[in-house]
Amino acid sequence: MYKILSRKELNPTVTQLEIEAPLVANKAKAGQFIILRVDEDGERIPLTVAGTDKKTGAVKIIFQIVGATTEKLNHKKAGESIQDFVGPLGKATEIAGKKRVCIIGGGVGCAIALPVAQAFKEQGTEVVSIIGFRSKDLLILEDEFRAASSKLVVMTDDGSYARQGNVTVPLKEMLEAGEKFDEIITIGPLIMMKFVTLAAKPFGVPVTASMNPIMIDGTGMCGGCRLTLTEDGKRVTKFACVDGPDFNAYEIDFDEAMSRSRMYFPFERKAHEEICNLYKNA
Amino acid sequence: MALDPKKHAMPVQDPQVRAHNFSEVALGYTHEMAIDEAKRCLNCKNRPCVQGCPVNISIPDFISCLKQDDIEGAYNVINKSSSLPAVCGRVCPQETQCESKCTLGIKFEPVGIGRLERFVADWHNANCKESPKKVASNGHRVAIVGSGPSGLTCAGDLAKAGFKVTVYEALHTEGGVLVYGIPEFRLPKAIVAKEVDTLKQLGVEFVTNAVIGKTLTIDELFEQGNEAVFVGSGAGLPNFMNIPGESLKGVYSANEFLTRSNLMKSFRDKCDTPIMKGGKVVVVGGGNVAMDAARTALRLGAEKVYIVYRRSMTELPARREEVEHAEEEGIQFELLRNPVEILGYHNPDNPRDERNGFVTGCKVIKMELGEPDAKGRRRPVPVEGSEYVLDCDTVVIAIGTSPNPLIKSTTKGLEVNAHGGIIVNEDGLTSRANVYAGGDAVTGAATVISAMGAGKVAAKAIIDSFK
Repeated sequence: MYKILSRKELNPTVTQLEIEAPLVANKAKAGQFIILRVDEDGERIPLTVAGTDKKTGAVKIIFQIVGATTEKLNHKKAGESIQDFVGPLGKATEIAGKKRVCIIGGGVGCAIALPVAQAFKEQGTEVVSIIGFRSKDLLILEDEFRAASSKLVVMTDDGSYARQGNVTVPLKEMLEAGEKFDEIITIGPLIMMKFVTLAAKPFGVPVTASMNPIMIDGTGMCGGCRLTLTEDGKRVTKFACVDGPDFNAYEIDFDEAMSRSRMYFPFERKAHEEICNLYKNA
Repeated sequence: MALDPKKHAMPVQDPQVRAHNFSEVALGYTHEMAIDEAKRCLNCKNRPCVQGCPVNISIPDFISCLKQDDIEGAYNVINKSSSLPAVCGRVCPQETQCESKCTLGIKFEPVGIGRLERFVADWHNANCKESPKKVASNGHRVAIVGSGPSGLTCAGDLAKAGFKVTVYEALHTEGGVLVYGIPEFRLPKAIVAKEVDTLKQLGVEFVTNAVIGKTLTIDELFEQGNEAVFVGSGAGLPNFMNIPGESLKGVYSANEFLTRSNLMKSFRDKCDTPIMKGGKVVVVGGGNVAMDAARTALRLGAEKVYIVYRRSMTELPARREEVEHAEEEGIQFELLRNPVEILGYHNPDNPRDERNGFVTGCKVIKMELGEPDAKGRRRPVPVEGSEYVLDCDTVVIAIGTSPNPLIKSTTKGLEVNAHGGIIVNEDGLTSRANVYAGGDAVTGAATVISAMGAGKVAAKAIIDSFK
């Protein structure tokens, strides 16, 4: 069992937990992920590490409540425990040798983008961040991003806070104005990452996307997390858990990844409703 | 009493009934059947069966005990050589091992050695409540990577020799392929848990949720005071066919399909892990894993399950018994067929149609057997223009696995072969001092018992190295 050291609601649908897992805290680097199970009958879900504290052995995770498992996780209080917690899995984000980067986070993906931004800043890289949310209610980590970035642009889809529009708008403006980035790192909904990639393409800036597909073991065994990449004109299968989760965004078949991410939507919808009813009646 | 030319038939669940439940198919010999079957053993002098056993169980000796109704004595004989008798009695391919060498088998059916082993192990587990005695410590520490058959065997042998053993498991439950791969109806998980418990009573420590190569490295295991490490991390990465449509929704590797059902218990109603059930299912491949996947799909409620295999029944590598069970349950074998494309639903007028991207069929081509290849197996050759479509909702690909690179990539000086398998000498020693390896991590996908044999060889070499 793994103890929950702290719990904080970042907005009505996004919660942050710190889990006591010293072995993971000791090893995890920005961009890596963990897999957890809430209870004995629970499913295994991957979540990217949002921060670590080697002294306390705490690993920070930030998640959006989207299905039965995240709903159950959200009902856990500080001091309680979860069944399983394993990691760090996947490869860390490659940060070496970059002078100026643009970090683009969308929604809860910002929770993962933040440690990447911080890791870049720590090594002296200039970080420009663009973070986008559907509305003001869903905004998270603005102050933290501001601290990690030389410039921060906040966008909301509905214009309820900061600038209205999606993250590709300021990105295009910057690139058109001649701003140079060694790399763009994008983390968020697949559709957003797809359009960030399309927006950057005419300018020839390298784009890395952090993928978060459905997986079970996270060690390369199940193949459920497979993605199709086009490498040198050839379509190849890669496993996000061991080959990723970061990939050259220009090579990713985003449409296929989006389709695969919806494999269990009807199941998840039903399971989420059942869990919600359970908590309502309790 | 005249010798019965046939071995006693294994009582089984009725095929029509068992096709809809996950309870064990084979029910096991009764006490009377076991004693009668034991009496068929000639107790011949040259004991060929022992050579046929990868862990060299003294088969005639345990059968002799059984003839005298000394079941616990029989168990003690088996236990000297095998840490997992209840497992092996169920999943070993005895027909190509011990039983294939049986003298009785020259003229008649061989002694049902596997069935007797299972009877003895089950009897012991049901009747003997005494916990195994811990052995006095010899002061040496060994770490084992992976709690599958090779790791459990190595752990058992080392613990019995006085070593302090810690087994690291990447998943949340001990047992490796015995829990995530082999289905409940062939190997009940309670049996695996029981075998793991026995090892715990011997003093073996298990650490779950520890991915060696990630959570800890082999070097760190040595830094923590271990003097040797055994790597039994299994085969790992599933192979795909590289044909169009393999990323459609409804296409699974056998690893994923079986893990969802076995480890995550998707077959139960009260389970959070989803799996696609029902409809028509195509399983590609002819090994035991393919049989397990097909029979699991059936039990999950499929209306029709096909096995698509590119050679004929003669070459089909699965155990005969599993093939017979599958046929009895109604699995349809599409032999000399090879998939060329997986077809999916696509609504050109509505990109938001929820059915888009789901599997609708599997296009296969007829094959015929050509010239034998290097291994002597006749190579299947496609018959041009013979393609047709099997309508289906799910495709499970069971065409083998490749070794997992996690340990290799994080362990300096660990040499692997062209297929990624860890290179070992005859003692299971790798290119790194005091690092041993065995099982699928070395050989690629093979059997439970051969992995156990490798765990045993390495344990002996480790014990000898500290003498």
